Amino acid sequence: MDSVGKSRQIVITIIFICTAVVMLVRLFFLQNFESKYKAMANDIAIYKKVVYPPRGIIYDRKGKVMLSNTTIYDLVVTPSNIKQLDTVQLCLALGMEKDWLIKQVKTSIFKNGYVRQSTFMEQLSPEQTARFLENAFLFTGFELVERSIRTYPKPYASMVLGYIGEVSLDMLKKTRFVSYRQGDYTGLSGLEFHYEEALRGQRGVHFLERDKFNRPRDSYKDGTLDTPEVSGKSLELYLDADLQEYAEKLMVNKIGSVVAIDPKTGGILAMVSSPTYDPNLLRGRDRSKNYAALYREPTRPLFNRATQATYPPGSTIKPMTGLVALNIGAITPNYGFPCFGGYYYCSRRIGCEHSGGGHAANFREALAHSCNSYFCHAFRLTVDYKDLGGVKKGLQKWHDYYSSFGFGHPIGIDIPFEKGGMVPDSNFYNKLYRGSWNSCTIVFVGMGQGELLLTPMQMANAMCIIANKGYYYTPHFVKSINKNEKDSLLMPYLQKRVVLNIPNETFDLVQRAMQDVVERGTAVGAAIPGIEICAKTGTAENKAIVNGEVKKMPNHSMFVTFAPRNNPKIAIAVAVENAGFGATWAAPIASLLMEKYLNDSISSKRKYLEEKMYKAHLINKYVYTIDSASRVHDAIVYQQRMERKHYNDSMKKAKDSIAYRNWVYKRINNTSH
Amino acid sequence: MSQQVSKSFFAKIDGYVLLMYLALVAIGLCAIYSVEHRSADTAFFMPNRNYTKQLMWLGYSLLAGTFILLTDSRFFVSTAFLGYAVGILLLLITIFAGTDVKGSKSWLIVGGIGLQPGEMCKIFTSLALAKYLSLSDVNFNFWRYRLQGLAISLLPAVLVLAQNETGLALVYFCYILVMYREGLPGSILVAGMSLIALVISTLLVDKIILLIIITVLCVATGVIFRTIFQRKLYAGVILVGVWLFSVLFSQFAVPFAFKHVLKPHHIDRIYSMLGKEVPENYKRANPDDEEGDSKKDNASEYNVLQSKIAIGSGGMLGKGFLNGTSTKNQFVPEQHTDFIFCAVGEQFGFVGSFVLIGLYIGLMLRIVYKAEKQKSVFSRVYAYAVAAILFFHFAINISMTIGLAPVIGITLPLLSYGGTSLMSFSVLLFIFLRLDIDRHASIR
Repeated sequence: MDSVGKSRQIVITIIFICTAVVMLVRLFFLQNFESKYKAMANDIAIYKKVVYPPRGIIYDRKGKVMLSNTTIYDLVVTPSNIKQLDTVQLCLALGMEKDWLIKQVKTSIFKNGYVRQSTFMEQLSPEQTARFLENAFLFTGFELVERSIRTYPKPYASMVLGYIGEVSLDMLKKTRFVSYRQGDYTGLSGLEFHYEEALRGQRGVHFLERDKFNRPRDSYKDGTLDTPEVSGKSLELYLDADLQEYAEKLMVNKIGSVVAIDPKTGGILAMVSSPTYDPNLLRGRDRSKNYAALYREPTRPLFNRATQATYPPGSTIKPMTGLVALNIGAITPNYGFPCFGGYYYCSRRIGCEHSGGGHAANFREALAHSCNSYFCHAFRLTVDYKDLGGVKKGLQKWHDYYSSFGFGHPIGIDIPFEKGGMVPDSNFYNKLYRGSWNSCTIVFVGMGQGELLLTPMQMANAMCIIANKGYYYTPHFVKSINKNEKDSLLMPYLQKRVVLNIPNETFDLVQRAMQDVVERGTAVGAAIPGIEICAKTGTAENKAIVNGEVKKMPNHSMFVTFAPRNNPKIAIAVAVENAGFGATWAAPIASLLMEKYLNDSISSKRKYLEEKMYKAHLINKYVYTIDSASRVHDAIVYQQRMERKHYNDSMKKAKDSIAYRNWVYKRINNTSH
Repeated sequence: MSQQVSKSFFAKIDGYVLLMYLALVAIGLCAIYSVEHRSADTAFFMPNRNYTKQLMWLGYSLLAGTFILLTDSRFFVSTAFLGYAVGILLLLITIFAGTDVKGSKSWLIVGGIGLQPGEMCKIFTSLALAKYLSLSDVNFNFWRYRLQGLAISLLPAVLVLAQNETGLALVYFCYILVMYREGLPGSILVAGMSLIALVISTLLVDKIILLIIITVLCVATGVIFRTIFQRKLYAGVILVGVWLFSVLFSQFAVPFAFKHVLKPHHIDRIYSMLGKEVPENYKRANPDDEEGDSKKDNASEYNVLQSKIAIGSGGMLGKGFLNGTSTKNQFVPEQHTDFIFCAVGEQFGFVGSFVLIGLYIGLMLRIVYKAEKQKSVFSRVYAYAVAAILFFHFAINISMTIGLAPVIGITLPLLSYGGTSLMSFSVLLFIFLRLDIDRHASIR
């Protein structure tokens, strides 16, 4: 063993050990101090998959499915996997041009790169899906991905059920949508909107590991971090699908609405706004296109006339006028009014349909024959009643009664965007007439004209109050959520709402008077043998702006009713716009619905009536003129509003800058002291 | 009687080396298994999986090892040059008849089994170099013999380079370490290291500044050791020569090599190791390369990044066996072969890496220790050759996975998947074990 060899062995050993030490030092820092690598490893390999549960299903009162989900397919493409694509076959399967196909592939590559999946075509039709699957083996790189969308088995009740859509960026800023993210769907109208929380269910989050091609692999840490998805709750409605369908058929080619409520529960049995639309139009691929088309329709099918349109109630308000007058003591049941075809007390003539002596001999007679003079006078007596202390306080008292009937404010039903109508109070008239008004000025309100405006929903609810003799439940559609009738979302609807104390006898009298309306008054055509029906017709005068002029339009045909009198099961309000007498159109429709609901079928004697209603076409041509004119008007109003807003904004800014300048000066002065 | 002989024979085998060898192979199998394991797997032994194949190759290797242990030591001495000739022949055949794999022509397909003669030739070269240095008429103090020794070790390197397998060719430079032990002057090692330092500083530092630094260093050396330079003229000549060489090398040779000799992916790998962008004037458009080439170049940086992510995310204790999210999901390219260390680093953390590096260093030091115990020069040289090859593979491979060396496609000995690689390292070690049994004898 030479000494040179020995020293060189030591040098080589040192080289080995030094190399190892350098490596270990590097590894020590890499593994213990550079935490970014840990974050990067999680970023690239762990994939948070959000799993969407199916939305809740909606059933009608008999358990029929009104809204559920179906599976549709999106076509996705992974460009790197495309091998010898048979473009001709794919074009045939999808029914598209080759140019489109190539462009689409290029866009996918541009957007998401070669190896990642991107959506190639959304929501394939069943035919496209079938044709694709037949030859699926030819299209490597293309895949069908399941997706759940809403489906309406029958094209009815679109206004009730509503529709869903993607949340917009504006929505995401609101607190209601804190738990949402871009691309999520949410209810935009109807029950879908109101019960969003229940229907939506709970998103699940699954942590998956993915490989470098972004393909999900195993679940991360055996799924211990995952949260399971919870499917949406189902809703059971009070709505009767058959009645709804029948009502919608009766309202075809008419503008107006129907609301039917079960007075005992406040459950809405049917709600129609006509013209309506097929709810299936507002889902899936063509939603925005169809929405735009519906929006442009002059008859405004997207406008829910049952809850958003406000009509002068006309004579249908007379039971309520009478109720208040009787309760206050302004009139007695035997009070009579000598009407000979008009009311002349207020220095002008208010016409009455009847001129026969004694048609307003007492309350019952007056209501049965719908005497304008009687109720105008009764209203005047009410507001001028001596105990109330002047017309202003009197009107306020009357306003309180009407408010307790649910008028003048949204009742609070469970679909959104409900309107409140209008019940004028003293303040309103003080402003309108600058303080100088009396009971004569506002006399029309007594017969349901003038400033009084109600929605059909409120009219139907008023019938519930009379049927129940003094109370109502807020009208609502949903009976139970996941079979739970006491769900917190339903609590407001389980509360009995009692109107200002009116004795039962008063209600009895009004009910009998309304029964007279059908038995021998203005609505004899609405009678159904064997059922005690209470009702009131209405023929509401109305005006519209046509070509810049306020014009008197044909009367709205109104009808309110409930039955049977002793055990009320259904209350209905029908409004047919510009159709004429209440008894001619609205009454038969309400009557047929009532018969359908109570007797389950229409007797053969009344088939002709049904036929007549089906055939009636009551949409007037000027609807289209008014529509275009009002759109121009709306545009101008909008423009003015925006200008004003801009002006205010700029003024505010100017003020702010002045305030800021003052503040700065103040500071400077303070510091200089 | 015969039983006693065989017992004492096997008792003479160095147990430490054998044990460390088996431990490393076992770690390798676990690592390959963990990389390929899928939760959907039903059976433990999945055919067509690499770990199954590796296990099979381990069987073959142990069989070959047993045969080697039963062979007479003198067999290796007498057939050393013949084996070398066969190895060179195989390399030549490969140049012409090799199969193209990932751009290099280093594989021979014989009867459906792929062989990499470049790997196998390390054995033949080690034996040949050992034999050459143990010849009685070779005096390694003379430059003639030193150059011959270099020629023996670097001829295969040239042939492997011709197969476009740069990494494997570089391995043959490890014999310089062996020859250093046998009497090559230490200044060669120093000069070699200085050259590498010069290349790297050329790439990192601006040309003019480098020129100034070199000049200042040389002048400073001249001033400090002026007494030596005053006495000996040739020292001054050497200093001026070194200065001239350094300047020419850094100003002209390196840029020339980068512009005209090295391939774009080499340049890319070197710069990615240094953590710098490739400068504009070294970027070349290669019309003969396929379209994905620019992507592949970026890939080298990507490889190192993914490898660092995998190892760095392991932390102190690692993520646990089969829980490596990066390696399990194929983020690290070549993770069962060249980047197998990632699997260990990610799943067993710093502690695991420490144990693994300890095992390697232990094995190499044990071999070096044993080498000095050999009576015959042949055995000693051969043992050093084994240690040097192991060291070179180990050092370059692990350094490249943690970003300390450019990405060169060489395997981690005994761990990486690969039949030829495992087989050749096993044979190398078992021949060493066989020679070690006769350490007290003079083998010729």
